[in-house]
Amino acid sequence: MSNLLTIKDLHASVEEKNIIKGLNLEVKPGEVHAIMGPNGAGKSTMGYVLSGRDGYSVESGSVTLDGADLLDMETEERARAGLFLAFQYPVEIPGVSNLEFLKAAVDAQREARGEEAVTSAEFLKEAKAACKQVNLPVSFLKRGVNEGFSGGEKKRNELMQMLLLKPKLCILDETDSGLDIDALQVVAEGVNSQRSAERSFIVVTHYQRLLDYIKPDFVHVLSDGKIVKSGDASLAHELEAQGYAWLQTEPAEDELEG
Amino acid sequence: MTEQIDKALAREYEAGFVSDVESETFTPGLDEDVIRRISEMKGEPEWMLEWRLSAFRDWLKMDEPDWALVDYPKIDFQAISYYSAPKSMKDKPKSLDEVDPELLRTYEKLGIPLIEQQMLAGVAVDAVFDSVSVVTTFREKLEEAGVIFCPISEAIHKHPDLVKKYLGSVVPKKDNYYAALNCAVFTDGSFVYIPKGTRCPMELSTYFRINEQNTGQFERTLIIADEGSHVSYLEGCTAPQRDENQLHAAVVELVALDDAEIKYSTVQNWYPGDEEGKGGIYNFVTKRGVCHTNAKISWTQVETGSAVTWKYPSCVLKGDNSIGEFYSVALTRGRQQADTGTKMIHLGKNTKSTIISKGISAGKSNNSYRGLVRMNPGAEGARNFTQCDSLLIGDQCGAHTFPYVESRNPSAIVEHEATTSKVSDEQMFLCQQRGLDPEKAVSMIVNGFCKEVFKELPMEFAVEAGKLLEISLEGSVG
Ligand SMILES: Nc1ncnc2c1ncn2[C@@H]1O[C@H](COP(=O)(O)OP(=O)(O)OP(=O)(O)O)[C@@H](O)[C@H]1O
Ligand SMILES: [Mg+2]
Repeated sequence: MSNLLTIKDLHASVEEKNIIKGLNLEVKPGEVHAIMGPNGAGKSTMGYVLSGRDGYSVESGSVTLDGADLLDMETEERARAGLFLAFQYPVEIPGVSNLEFLKAAVDAQREARGEEAVTSAEFLKEAKAACKQVNLPVSFLKRGVNEGFSGGEKKRNELMQMLLLKPKLCILDETDSGLDIDALQVVAEGVNSQRSAERSFIVVTHYQRLLDYIKPDFVHVLSDGKIVKSGDASLAHELEAQGYAWLQTEPAEDELEG
Repeated sequence: MTEQIDKALAREYEAGFVSDVESETFTPGLDEDVIRRISEMKGEPEWMLEWRLSAFRDWLKMDEPDWALVDYPKIDFQAISYYSAPKSMKDKPKSLDEVDPELLRTYEKLGIPLIEQQMLAGVAVDAVFDSVSVVTTFREKLEEAGVIFCPISEAIHKHPDLVKKYLGSVVPKKDNYYAALNCAVFTDGSFVYIPKGTRCPMELSTYFRINEQNTGQFERTLIIADEGSHVSYLEGCTAPQRDENQLHAAVVELVALDDAEIKYSTVQNWYPGDEEGKGGIYNFVTKRGVCHTNAKISWTQVETGSAVTWKYPSCVLKGDNSIGEFYSVALTRGRQQADTGTKMIHLGKNTKSTIISKGISAGKSNNSYRGLVRMNPGAEGARNFTQCDSLLIGDQCGAHTFPYVESRNPSAIVEHEATTSKVSDEQMFLCQQRGLDPEKAVSMIVNGFCKEVFKELPMEFAVEAGKLLEISLEGSVG
């Protein structure tokens, strides 16, 4: 089976600072990969680089999604090609209702793929169902995007967007942090319900707990911009017990000087 | 991102075409003779001419104001033509069939079909082309309800008592430099009278179009809502794209008698000039309404055009318990300059006013809010709430807020809130990550910012305003 995502020796920087330093990762359709690693390792940066955020520049390496050169596409083209990023810190867009925002996003994506537009009525029905699934009151569709949402509500809202956009590759950046125990289950169930032979996940998390519910196929440790260890679900237990120190690579000399 | 935004904003002005209509236009210049000729062209009664001439003599003694935060070369008032009318209007057409098809086509191109069957149901339109009103639709239907909706030039003949009583009663002739000029040379505009206890059965609207070169447009609008009546009125404006600046100096007067309500909405899209600031309309407008007891006036404006805007729709809250509202969206881009806001003058007891102003600046533009809230000694228990929000797109534009408060009654309460925000990289990234192109993203963020104002517009026009904003912002990102 061919890969959905292939990252080869990726080097990337932000503000002229090297953050991603030789990242390799292969994700096959239907797989769930968990990425763990210390604060500042570059996990969020990886998500931004893959989505093509302004200001994040790729120095070398390659990334393909479904065989296409991802790095050659604009941010919105990557999204339309099926890449979704659930943000660690979702931003507010005051005055733009969730429903309006999501409809516009779905319309843009469908149009780009040459699919027929959904009617407002159909969409509303789907959106209500998605709300229910992530345990948000339907009234959240009318509220401004993330406007005044609590931390946990924002995370569930990210998941709701994922449910409606039906991406091929979902990158969830700490969607489990700041959630209460019930919400954690909601997120896990949301992910599990979307697992299919065509859809893959990269789940960035600091906690074993989420992985108990989600059961990843692989667990990777990202440290200092690259993957330093990979294993199966049991690696997460090891990390929970021992922390990251035993994995950390020695810093290079020139970095200490700089 | 700034670069993307600038690119998106560098967009063509869609209403910028010139109509090929044969016109009769005065040679540029202004003196008492010109005023006599305007009055003569309109076949005006003597009292009207005298009124004009006295305003003109006042104007000669006045100085052009320079306190606004706008910068433009001195206007040569002798280089402007003060009257231009399509030739076909000479023998005034009696029905739509007699109107020059080229004129009808002009309005159709602007999205304002004047053929009644094709029009937005429930909206009556007065179309003003350069100096004259070319057609007013749905007049019979309005007459049935007793509503008068006609060109002001016609009202001077047919309803002289109302005109004499109210013209200049809200904005005195000497009010300010541009208002005085308007009194002297105004050529046409709309007149509305809603009888006692009547709810106007449809939206009324006027579309102003400046076509002729070097011609100023000085329209005059007078709306009288008699006791307990209700009316919603919308004004729209466009002009061709020309390299020379054109002057627009209008006066709008609203009279809301006891228990009456007037809702006045403006969607202003005059030609803003090109990216370098060449051409565009100078928009110097005086709009004011007076509210009698329990009356209410709401001004809602969406301002996207003009090279220079100088405009402060105001309410004089004369009667007890009267209410004044001002909802404004002003978008500037390129080299546009806007100095706009409102004045709320509280005279009566328990009067209330609300001001919501949303300024959006992009490109190298400058956008200022200037507002005055005055609580007079008699304004027992009066209240004002003001909210001014500025949104910056890019980092070469400016937003300024000048709130003036004069409270002479200790029981009056004035509240003011102001915010400045930017279209952030994070917001743009979120939108694009969800599949929206950058243009759609900016227009959605800006529309969200304006939501509180758009919801005040009549439904049909809220959609139009949203679209206008989208068009104005197109190319603001790339
Ligand atoms: N705009 C920026 N300018 C400078 N440094 C940055 C910028 N953005 C990120 N960094 C740095 O890049 C490194 C990686 O950050 P990133 O957010 O990817 O870490 P992370 O692995 O997601 O950490 P966490 O677990 O805390 O979320 C950090 O040292 C961070 O300070
Ligand atoms: Mg992170």
